[in-house]
Amino acid sequence: MKIAVLIKQVPGSESALPIDSEGYWVDESSVTFVMNPPDNYALEEALLIKESNDDVEVVIVSMGPLRVQKVIREALAKGADRGIHILEQDITEKDPLVIAKRLSNAIKSEEFDLVLTGLQSDDTGMGQTGVLIGEILKMSTATLAVETIIQEDHIRIKRELESGWFQWVQLSLPASISIQSGLNTPRYPSLKGIMGAKKKEIHSLSATELSKEETLQKVNNVFVPQTNKQTEIIKGDIDQIVSRIIEILRTDIKVI
Amino acid sequence: MNILVVLESNNGALHRLSREALVGAQELGDSIFALIIGNENEEILSELAGYELEKVITVKHHLLSSYSADGYSEVVRQVFISFSPDLIVIGHTYQTRDFIPRVSAKLDIPFIPDVISISDKGFIKQVLNAKLNATISNLDNAAIISFQSAAFNEEQLKLGSCSNESFDVSLVDSDIKSISEEPFQEEEGDVDLESAEVLVSVGRGIEKEENVTLAFELAKVINAEVSASRPVVDSGWVDSFRQVGSSGSNVAPKLYFSLGISGAIQHVVGMKGAKNIMAINKDADAPIFEISDYAVIGDVLEIVPKLIESLEQSK
Ligand SMILES: Cc1cc2nc3c(=O)[nH]c(=O)nc-3n(C[C@H](O)[C@H](O)[C@H](O)COP(=O)(O)OP(=O)(O)OC[C@H]3O[C@@H](n4cnc5c(N)ncnc54)[C@H](O)[C@@H]3O)c2cc1C
Repeated sequence: MKIAVLIKQVPGSESALPIDSEGYWVDESSVTFVMNPPDNYALEEALLIKESNDDVEVVIVSMGPLRVQKVIREALAKGADRGIHILEQDITEKDPLVIAKRLSNAIKSEEFDLVLTGLQSDDTGMGQTGVLIGEILKMSTATLAVETIIQEDHIRIKRELESGWFQWVQLSLPASISIQSGLNTPRYPSLKGIMGAKKKEIHSLSATELSKEETLQKVNNVFVPQTNKQTEIIKGDIDQIVSRIIEILRTDIKVI
Repeated sequence: MNILVVLESNNGALHRLSREALVGAQELGDSIFALIIGNENEEILSELAGYELEKVITVKHHLLSSYSADGYSEVVRQVFISFSPDLIVIGHTYQTRDFIPRVSAKLDIPFIPDVISISDKGFIKQVLNAKLNATISNLDNAAIISFQSAAFNEEQLKLGSCSNESFDVSLVDSDIKSISEEPFQEEEGDVDLESAEVLVSVGRGIEKEENVTLAFELAKVINAEVSASRPVVDSGWVDSFRQVGSSGSNVAPKLYFSLGISGAIQHVVGMKGAKNIMAINKDADAPIFEISDYAVIGDVLEIVPKLIESLEQSK
């Protein structure tokens, strides 16, 4: 069985996010990048499938500038077998359909049985790439998987529904599945894994050679959200903070 | 502008986000077509009959007796081709996430998801963990727009009348590549978050499992219940029935006291109805402060122990 895990590199949750001079996106030169946290769960799920089944190959696919090779290496260090890097210099391209078409072209010949993605990226949060690829490559699709069970020519998925409801679905393979965060505990790479990853193959392709797709939606600008709520800001030394909180609880809101 | 609104049934009743999507569509367009898929939608149809819509399109088929991404995406594709609307509008539900990207790829039109509002420059959605908003637009083509919970107020739905039309969809067994089983619910807790008057809610800012006891201790002195954000539940630090948000409970206490929660939209939809929101967060730019009445900028691990101590002394 061949599994592709699609991994994106995104700004870390603690990273500075200064808006660039055109107001178009964040100035990437001051951003610290990490593996998209939801994708880390998809990677772990693939590694768990590999460990409990024979002959499973886990291939990491990531698109972006040269810097994304770092997350591919990180995934290889955790136990993935090889990587495919689709070199995309144009970081302004944020149309998920264009991205999905390029990714589909890049992986089509690999004939993966399973494509796993995180449920959305922490940067643009479009939450659709995996399902788009599933449709483009004529695979079955499911989202928000909280449990996966591989059975011969199909896969059983426990899907999260809204308000604490769940549902089992059975999909024929090949399938593209987006993984809900929290279903497993992503591992850390071992020292041996980190050493071993250096020898693993990362195959590079150029995105623009794959296809010249027309952009259908674009991000015009980003801005800091404004609020019209009256907020009292409580700061100072710890004793001042604590006594103001107690005063609010007692006299303003009257809950104690 | 012609708009096709794709509605969702929530156990036979109209999903709240579908109602909000109808309001959004009424604001954006002049001719609204509402599509409802499935075989048992009598209750929804009688509700829709009272709204100002151009037409309600119903689609029934034996292969549509339960939801599947394969079936539903094919229905929307066929209806789109037949009615050629300028926009498809839908609520941003889990089901939408599951099948609407398929429609986007089938029709080669963009899907702009999770929109919170509309400006003259385009559709606004949150990006980068809600720290920034982005304006997104479609370029000279039809598009699919999904609206986040509370983007519109369902009470503003314009009343009126409309006609029904049933649409003959063509589906064959081999179109459906999945088998869906009956939905079910898991563990129900012994805590009723929804009726709690005060909630102390813990987020990842509590840093470690052993620190979660701080939240329970604080809750005890102010007579509150403990709730949590999803990552805290996912880490197994508190029981899942304590989760607040789009995949947990919807709460509206008199006070929601948030400890180290960033304020992601999926969390906020579950608690923004609270009468008073007090948040402690060490990051002055945390999105939770945008909806807070009281913003405490500081470290929960320093403030909460002191707060518990002072509260106990002043009893
Ligand atoms: C489909 C879907 C459904 C979801 N459903 C839910 C849901 O139902 N409920 C939910 O909560 N989330 C849900 N999420 C996840 C949501 O997007 C966020 O990831 C989550 O709410 C973040 O939780 P958090 O605020 O605890 O953690 P983080 O976002 O990591 O925030 C931690 C915060 O703590 C602050 N902090 C850190 N250390 C300290 C300290 N010592 N003192 C003070 N502050 C500190 C940080 O500044 C930060 O703001 C869902 C996501 C998706 C995609």
